[in-house]
Amino acid sequence: MSGSSGGGIPKEYVINRLITFVITVWIAATLIWIIPRLSPVDPAEVMLGRMASGGAFVEGSDQILAQLRERFGLNEPLWMQYLLYLRSILTFDFGLSAASFPTPVAALIWQALPWTLGLMLLSVIITFIIGNALGAFMVWERTPKVWKVVIPSMMIFTAIPPILSGLLLLYLFSIKMRQWTGNEFFFPLTGSYGLNVEPGWTLEFAQSVAYHGTLPALSIILVTFGFWTLGMRGLMITVQGEDYVNLAKAKGLKPRYILYKYMVRNAILPQVTAFALKIGLLVSGQILVERIFSYNGMGKLLYDAILDQDFSVIQGVSFIIILMTAASVFIVDLIYPLIDPRIRQSTEKAA
Amino acid sequence: MADTANTPNVTATTDSEAAGVVDTSTAGGRFNRFDNPWLNPKLIWGVSILLFIIVMGMIGQFIWNTDLVFTGSTPLKLPPVGFENLRGQGGVGDYPMGTDGAGRDLMALLIVGTPNTLMIGAIASLIGMSTGIFLGFSAGFIGGRTDDVIRILSDVMITIPPLLILVVFQSAFGDVSLIMMSVLIAGFMWQSPTRLIRAQVLSMRESGYVKMAQLSGASTMHIMFGEMMPNLVPYLFGSFIANVTTAIVTAVGLEVLGLGPQRIPTLGRVIYDAINSGALIQNLWWWWGLPTALLAIMFIALLLVNLGLDEVSNPRLRKV
Repeated sequence: MSGSSGGGIPKEYVINRLITFVITVWIAATLIWIIPRLSPVDPAEVMLGRMASGGAFVEGSDQILAQLRERFGLNEPLWMQYLLYLRSILTFDFGLSAASFPTPVAALIWQALPWTLGLMLLSVIITFIIGNALGAFMVWERTPKVWKVVIPSMMIFTAIPPILSGLLLLYLFSIKMRQWTGNEFFFPLTGSYGLNVEPGWTLEFAQSVAYHGTLPALSIILVTFGFWTLGMRGLMITVQGEDYVNLAKAKGLKPRYILYKYMVRNAILPQVTAFALKIGLLVSGQILVERIFSYNGMGKLLYDAILDQDFSVIQGVSFIIILMTAASVFIVDLIYPLIDPRIRQSTEKAA
Repeated sequence: MADTANTPNVTATTDSEAAGVVDTSTAGGRFNRFDNPWLNPKLIWGVSILLFIIVMGMIGQFIWNTDLVFTGSTPLKLPPVGFENLRGQGGVGDYPMGTDGAGRDLMALLIVGTPNTLMIGAIASLIGMSTGIFLGFSAGFIGGRTDDVIRILSDVMITIPPLLILVVFQSAFGDVSLIMMSVLIAGFMWQSPTRLIRAQVLSMRESGYVKMAQLSGASTMHIMFGEMMPNLVPYLFGSFIANVTTAIVTAVGLEVLGLGPQRIPTLGRVIYDAINSGALIQNLWWWWGLPTALLAIMFIALLLVNLGLDEVSNPRLRKV
């Protein structure tokens, strides 16, 4: 860390990452555009058919059909449709929702997005900290013996996807506990805040949000921290054998100091990149957890859209979530050289 | 993005094995260098549980009446033997694991659904794996433009959450078959093997024995599959198992959202039906609980296999 030579991150690195980000978003957008076109059935017809079979008469069905046909583009040449689509999707214009016609899809998404983002940031940060700390302590030779037994047995949870842990927690803490203890003390079944509180920047609302968010967050944290723990364990074992750790010990530095400044600091770096590999699964997991807990986020929006066959919403939600995922990977990539000077040096050398 | 995220390379770990032996051999000599690393307890347990589930599925098809998976073939909402439901009915020996809200026998559902779920995972992972081996070797060995394209493509595709693209796909296409579903999921299973193998091939390409083989005039094919491949076997197995897990998680996720095969019983589909019929609130715990528990056991077994394989490929992990 000899000062951040020449003002931090090298340009080629940033451009490289930016290109990957743009390609990711472009491929995702293209896939979402191509897939319905490959389908042997006309999604617009299917959607209306399902809606009609559900409710006998669909109010304003001509309008919806026209709107859908325009979106799936039947009047323009194919390349023109594609360009128009790219333009509209980049301006976050996903058309109108068929299920709650004529609300714009974008409006539905902006309502749901803060909930998903909040829940995700919170659980990812907590998971990352807990997971890496446990992984480090699993290897550290001064960890009490008890922990060396307890931590590995906690790894069992790692195997279970968040949707199953969500089901179990929901059953245990919202249903069973209520029955056993009498009443209303335990966690709520559905929603992201109570029906009797007004959304706003009040303490009451914040309490309600925390109360409703605990179980969903817990079911994600419980089953995802193990990924980081296992990764950290492997890395710590590798670091443990390094010469500089032995030298630090020989110098008589405090064990705690060696743990944080020499071992964890080096082992944590690949963990940050592992984040990029894991985020796709995290996002999917959270969407399903939201569905289980009827949390008012993107997951519930998506699930409702699937039930209603509301294709524009499905498209919009998928695109926004993929955009979010790609953006967070991009941000992690940008932060990475700041904590690992070797990236800066290697790219400088290559240049 | 460092390609070798959680996998220190082969040569480095075997070289420094000797150093590791000295300080941290706390396991009471359970592993010494003459033990067969493939016989570690995690691997054995994991494989046995998985085999048990598969065998039970196969035997079950013969000894149990699988026609009971059809709607209305049994009384509704009967609990497993030894329990009572809210109406005070006890379990019946004919339907030992209870029945669901649409008159299907849970035992039959599990017997038919479990192999289906495992099959989706295995097929998706196999296709993804083969693609990954091919692309990874090409990228690492040919290099240049090919490498750039493959690297960027796998970097890009690893970021996109499979669930979302598949949701778009299935809501556009409607019903899909089991095989179709596996193939679709396989489209998202090739990235991590590709990256893993590419990284390993890049580091192995410079090693002594590969140089030796090149000098002695061995063909590229022979070097790739005769010389390098055997060293990658534990990694390949590990990656395969990890992919099976991911594929099953994705499949179950889709099924729980109400997508996936509509008429074929799978574990995820049973859970979807249960949640949608309010089984949680009606206290029909066996309806969603049994498939959940079975899936959990399956995932734990897969994890154990994966941890066991990690110990095979990274000797340092054995000592802690």
